[in-house]
Amino acid sequence: MSDTKRTGIIRDINGPIVTVELPGVRSGEQVKIGELGLFGEVISLRGQLAVVQTYESTDGVRPGEPAQGLGWPLSVELGPGLMGGIFDGVQRPLEKIALESGDYIRRGISVPALDRAREWEFEPNRELSPGTKVGPGVVLGTVQETTTVLHRIMVPPGVEGELLEVAPAGEYDIESTIARVRDPRGISHRLSMYQRWPVRKPRPYLRRDDGISPLITGQRVIDTFFPQLKGGKGAVPGPFGAGKTVVQQQIARWSNADIVIYVGCGERGNELVDVLESFPELDDPYTGRKLMERTLLVANTSNMPVVAREASVYVGITMAEYYRDMGYDVVMLADSTSRWAEALREVSGRLGQMPVEEGYPAYLASRLAAVYERAGRVETYGAGSGSVTLIGAVSPPGGDFSEPVTSHTKDIIETFWALSKELADARHYPSIDWVTSFSKHVQTAAQWWHKEIDPDWEKRRTSALALLARDAELSRIVNLVGPEALSDAQRWELEGASLIKEGVLQQSALDEIDTFCSPQKQFALLDLAITIYKRGAALIKLGVPVSELQHLPLMAKMRRLKSMYSSEQLDQVLAFRAEVDHAMESVRIEYAKHGEQV
Amino acid sequence: MSIKEYRTAIEARGGLLVVKDTAGIAFGDRVQIKDHAGNTRNGQVIRSADNEVLILVFEGTDDLDLENTWVRFLDEPVEIALSPEILGREFNGLGEPRDGRPPVLSNIRRPVGGSAINPAARTYPREFIQTGISTIDGLNSLVRGQKLPIFSGSGLPHNRLAAQIGRQAKLVDQESSFSVVFAAMGVSYADAKFFRDEFASSGVLRNVVMFINLADDPPVERLTLPRTALTAAEYLAYDLDRHVLVILTDMTNYAEALREVATAKGDVPARKGYPGYLYSDLAEIYERCGRIHQRHGSITMMPVVSMPSDDITHPIPDLTGYITEGQIVLSRELHNQGIYPPVHISPSLSRLMKDGIGKDDTREDHPRVAGQIYALYARAQETRNLASIIGADELSERDRRYLTFADAFDERFVGQGESEDRSIEATLNLAWELMSMFPRDMLTRVKETDLAKYYQGTD
Ligand SMILES: Nc1ncnc2c1ncn2[C@@H]1O[C@H](COP(=O)(O)OP(=O)(O)O)[C@@H](O)[C@H]1O
Ligand SMILES: [Mg+2]
Repeated sequence: MSDTKRTGIIRDINGPIVTVELPGVRSGEQVKIGELGLFGEVISLRGQLAVVQTYESTDGVRPGEPAQGLGWPLSVELGPGLMGGIFDGVQRPLEKIALESGDYIRRGISVPALDRAREWEFEPNRELSPGTKVGPGVVLGTVQETTTVLHRIMVPPGVEGELLEVAPAGEYDIESTIARVRDPRGISHRLSMYQRWPVRKPRPYLRRDDGISPLITGQRVIDTFFPQLKGGKGAVPGPFGAGKTVVQQQIARWSNADIVIYVGCGERGNELVDVLESFPELDDPYTGRKLMERTLLVANTSNMPVVAREASVYVGITMAEYYRDMGYDVVMLADSTSRWAEALREVSGRLGQMPVEEGYPAYLASRLAAVYERAGRVETYGAGSGSVTLIGAVSPPGGDFSEPVTSHTKDIIETFWALSKELADARHYPSIDWVTSFSKHVQTAAQWWHKEIDPDWEKRRTSALALLARDAELSRIVNLVGPEALSDAQRWELEGASLIKEGVLQQSALDEIDTFCSPQKQFALLDLAITIYKRGAALIKLGVPVSELQHLPLMAKMRRLKSMYSSEQLDQVLAFRAEVDHAMESVRIEYAKHGEQV
Repeated sequence: MSIKEYRTAIEARGGLLVVKDTAGIAFGDRVQIKDHAGNTRNGQVIRSADNEVLILVFEGTDDLDLENTWVRFLDEPVEIALSPEILGREFNGLGEPRDGRPPVLSNIRRPVGGSAINPAARTYPREFIQTGISTIDGLNSLVRGQKLPIFSGSGLPHNRLAAQIGRQAKLVDQESSFSVVFAAMGVSYADAKFFRDEFASSGVLRNVVMFINLADDPPVERLTLPRTALTAAEYLAYDLDRHVLVILTDMTNYAEALREVATAKGDVPARKGYPGYLYSDLAEIYERCGRIHQRHGSITMMPVVSMPSDDITHPIPDLTGYITEGQIVLSRELHNQGIYPPVHISPSLSRLMKDGIGKDDTREDHPRVAGQIYALYARAQETRNLASIIGADELSERDRRYLTFADAFDERFVGQGESEDRSIEATLNLAWELMSMFPRDMLTRVKETDLAKYYQGTD
């Protein structure tokens, strides 16, 4: 796009949609609106008229005021200083804005995302020397952005040629030149530590690869039952209060990602504050550093302008891709993609576009797919393998999963963690429903589990799911003819399923010990529950009545075990096995004696 | 710019007025309309084009004679005057007195639209508020700065519950109570009177500001009323350092007024005829609640939402639940059994409970007791269903225990007097008394140390 700024005049203001007479402006171009200088973006053109969606409230704007085309599309700044920050839907740094404009966001305020004054310790890449051929993604040097994140300064996409120089080690601000590259046409490019990228355009990579390793989230029902891969795409649909946000926050806290980008898209302000206040205090179980060091927040809360909400998802994913390009495993959480879709709907409605279902425009499905398509594991240009895992919350109206956003999302994603209102109402958390949820990654995850944790992982998982399925069947029978109709063996199946539910699946995010569960502890709990069930079933076959088993102290202990010992106390979890063996054996002996007497 | 007057109205329908040949009118500005009879109506610019504007008329467009309608653009946003004198007063949705006393005079004028709180300026709410109601304090605790709606149905005692909370709410060990901003949209005369009398008889009237739009007042005014009320609440909280409890009743009437106007504007409907932006619109209201860094006051909000046909999936309660920090749900079944307050705990939730309760705030066992009660009650509900199919006699002894528990729970824990103000300690002790109907080994949501300390059963 050209650099010359075009000016025009405002013709019509319809909420966030402003029509301006601005000849020569391009679709997607950023526009400054009115005397307040509100930012917006051209979404359609007709003759001399451009329709602009503004990221801020247009109260007080008048027809006749000026408008100015800025010559570039909505872009983000990418460079050191992003980690640990909180940005709005168009990447304005909210903490700085609070300093400048107080508790409420002043309209038209413009603060760059990255701090221009801050200096960073730059360490040049020793493998490079003048004359080396470099291209996009080549790492020019590094900056320790936070204690955990080593920020790789890369040649931006579009620049290729002969390296003329790299700056020596030292302190630089992000605008200083740290390298110069001469392209084949002889033009010299001055490179600094940051680059800009238009958010609606995916960042390039060398090659797309299949996911190979599970994203460990420390949540049993996810890792053990419905695993996600690094580079995968998933959705968490559920009615309000079912636990979407907690699932997302738990992943942000405990997953073994290098970078976490949490996008609060049209949701509550306090939920972001919760992250902002707690993450700087929480330790990352993998690095021991504070979680905030690897976390970045994008906040467009429900009361903030709806157009910026639509942008926020792109802003988040572009930053995710940028860290992926450094060779990192990035997790991006979008809470909630439904609010993003509603922003699309609102704009499309104001434009008078023909709605197709529940007011949504015809392009809903393709836009959704395009956003999720930006997730994936890739071979980057210059930093090896990197990935973006994208997990979106979905908020179906009335909890109805057949509505457009949920159903289109379901066609796109690979893991589907369906939250159930019934489970949430009974305070069974996470309320991920084991019947309707799915993961297409079980086979791949199994390879990892079998190699790293235990070769019996898949067997145990299958036994557990089989028990849960039996539970559903038997409960139906009970509801028809009452519990008396069940045999002891069947009742024991119900007990077994209940052990799986209470001892393994249920995991309170608020329980200090159980909030995170290592893969080893996950397997140990699963294995124990299945063992108890199997040992008991064998005894029942021998004729032991189910009531003998139901009240064994080990049954209550199995339900409490997860919160008694942390992942570091695996030994104690495993030691329970001996207790189980002992207790079951005693029952057997007792019964054998008793049997002899009879 | 300056005040401009036109007599070029060309269209009036459903609360909307179109005026042509205008120039340079600011979007969102306040409008005064003088009708043929000389009466003044108020409005706001909701679309402004080069030579035509669309106005939302708060008093409605009934009876307008286009030829004899004078439209003045006041060149200012819709705003209200604020001073400490607003306490004890009663206004309409535009901030005009309804109590026959003179208007508030003040240099402090604030636009009612408000603006978004910077999330980075918020403080997470964590101070436990004791309402004296067991189902709330024990199981769905309210904290200062929370927005916690009451989901109700026609004929259910939501107003009595809201009033009881308004009367009893306090921080533990503190006498300081709340200033109340009471915002009524489309309520009956009787309901408005109930609250007025209630505030008067409990002697708090001097601490209350009322904004009232009755069922027979113009519906369009309901769109600005909660915004006006919240602007007053923000003034009390952040200028005067008060802790404010905002009661909004009934948000269903608000949303219906919004739908009426949206339909007249021709907006694309999403569900049940409500416009797609209902969520964002409600959020603009609800999110004005909270705590802000370095501000002494706070805004806690209790909207009342009556669920059309008792349907919690109806767009109004549904979208509300997606925005608010939980919900207290009233049940017709409990109400019909004579239980007050008929709080149905299963679908009720407080999202901000976690940081307001426990060792340093209420009692260390509190979070686990709540989890345990929920688990028992959920199982008890299943058992009740089962009993209704196969008969209670067919149940096992274990299952019958759940039935006894559920009945005792509804009657003693849920049910309480309208002026019964239970301490959190009393609530938790009562919970233990009921939990102790079960043997220890069935109480696996609590710790063994909790059992050792509080269990009252015999086994
Ligand atoms: N894993 C969990 N552990 C403990 N509590 C949970 C868990 N998931 C949800 N909750 C409870 O449910 C409430 C609502 O969860 P939330 O994630 O905010 O729901 P949603 O985003 O689906 O509306 C939380 O405030 C918390 O009290
Ligand atoms: Mg949520």
